[in-house]
Amino acid sequence: MIRSHLLNLLSYSALVAAVFAVLLRREPRSRLRFGAMVFGAFVLSALLAGWLMAQVRG
Amino acid sequence: MQTTSSNTEPEQQGQSIPRPAAALPACVIGSLVPGGGHVFLGARQRGAFFFLALSGLFGLGLSMDARLALHAGLDDPLALVIGVGQMAIGLPYLVARALGFAAGDIRSATFDYGIAFTSTAGLLNVLVVLDVIDIALGRKT
Repeated sequence: MIRSHLLNLLSYSALVAAVFAVLLRREPRSRLRFGAMVFGAFVLSALLAGWLMAQVRG
Repeated sequence: MQTTSSNTEPEQQGQSIPRPAAALPACVIGSLVPGGGHVFLGARQRGAFFFLALSGLFGLGLSMDARLALHAGLDDPLALVIGVGQMAIGLPYLVARALGFAAGDIRSATFDYGIAFTSTAGLLNVLVVLDVIDIALGRKT
């Protein structure tokens, strides 16, 4: 079982981004680019939200 | 051996032939088995990918002590969406319940992650089934 929060975030983001990429794009290169963009957006937004919550908590 | 266009996958040809009559059975199969609808329509690679990705997401969620429970009632709409989302994965949900994975462990540190993984897998399967319908009706290749 994965206990690391970061690994959970990365595995969730990777799988969901891959499914979105295959669903929404048909060309392999386009899929790769779109999947990488969705993956990055997931990870960065989660890290940003976490950082903001840590600031609020003090 | 000579290769004809009829025995290659539609996705390898870059096109698919609309099969409106196949939309309903493909939808039912896809609802029961993630990616099954794509395999039924001949898109085997895509179907296999969806099966592995969605089953993996669901299985990872179960390994994180997620609870499989349907919240009946509108007092907590989010719990209702989560419960319906988990069920939308189809047969893996029933298999997991039959194998005794339904209880989960709310004391686990990864309980909430498990809920997110399992419900997302089911909700993504709804999108995959909609994709199957679009392919069968010729709206997508």
